Amino acid sequence: MGVNEVTPGEVAALSDSVIITQLSKLVNWGRKYSFFLYPFVTACCGMEFMSVAGPRYDIDRFGAALPRFSPRQADLLMVVGTISHKQAPILVKVYNQMAEPKWVFAYGSCTVSGGMYNNYATVQGIDTLIPVDVFVPGCPPRPEMVLDGLIMLQEKVVREPRINLTRGVSPLGEADDRKIIAG
Amino acid sequence: MSQGDNKGYGVVDSAVMARVRAKLGPLGLILHTHNQHGDDTVVVQADDILQVMEFLRHDPAMSFDMMMDLTAVDYLGAERTHPYLEPLKARFEVVYHLYSVEKNHRIRVKAPLTLENCYINSVTGIWAGADWFEREAFDLYGVVFRGHPNLKRILLYEGFEGHPLRKDYDKFKRQPLIGPVN
Repeated sequence: MGVNEVTPGEVAALSDSVIITQLSKLVNWGRKYSFFLYPFVTACCGMEFMSVAGPRYDIDRFGAALPRFSPRQADLLMVVGTISHKQAPILVKVYNQMAEPKWVFAYGSCTVSGGMYNNYATVQGIDTLIPVDVFVPGCPPRPEMVLDGLIMLQEKVVREPRINLTRGVSPLGEADDRKIIAG
Repeated sequence: MSQGDNKGYGVVDSAVMARVRAKLGPLGLILHTHNQHGDDTVVVQADDILQVMEFLRHDPAMSFDMMMDLTAVDYLGAERTHPYLEPLKARFEVVYHLYSVEKNHRIRVKAPLTLENCYINSVTGIWAGADWFEREAFDLYGVVFRGHPNLKRILLYEGFEGHPLRKDYDKFKRQPLIGPVN
């Protein structure tokens, strides 16, 4: 009688308390329900973001309630509102400061494409600066759309192989915002 | 509120406008006056702006102690819409909105400027609050305010070329600090 043999009686006794799965699935399951947001809120979408975060729509139901105001402690960059060219190096710097794994949520038409602003001041979509995981257009998007986008991101996180998650720095490299401060 | 018709140019002067006319008119400081939708407006030469503003601020019957707003307008291609702009070959206007908390009355002051001589004296010495307004007008229109304590860009960044709210600024010109020019 080998040590690995399990009797049907023992299987029946353990079936209520043991789950067999893969480590990557377990980790992704934990990640999908524990987003820590960095709210990069620059414009009017922020009011709608407060509505999503508040009790009526309540992103806490999806485990994404807790905003962290340091990029070092956050893994979901919520870019909420118009990004101007003056703001762009700051956004890239915040993205680069976030620890792995990290995801980016483009909240509202302005972050998705520049929205109605096609002028000297506005970045035409934050995907020209940093990789984006979910685009949620709308001016502003309905809270239901944001929750839908969050669920889509959760589904994406579940599918991702754990070892392939590293995003690295922005394709544009390290941002230098010293000239902004000097200006 | 002053009297005047709603079609644009008033007939009967308000008390404010009557005193402005009586005091500044003989000095030759008034280019034009009108009353649009009940708002008294006086147009003066840019070179005389400090003299006019000192009067409006310190005259006991005026005492405009609050500068509500200061901005600029570019009338490129539309100079004909304003009868006083064309003879001066003026393209820009600096617009001041003044309010007197004490007297509860208002006035709008305008000063035309040409592109070649786009300079006007700063009123920060009279109203300290004009500081950032003048920086904004300089940033976006390129109007230079002489005597301003810190005349540099306020909204755009160092290294930005041109003044984007001028009508001849190419609306497709992009100068990002980082990322593609799109």
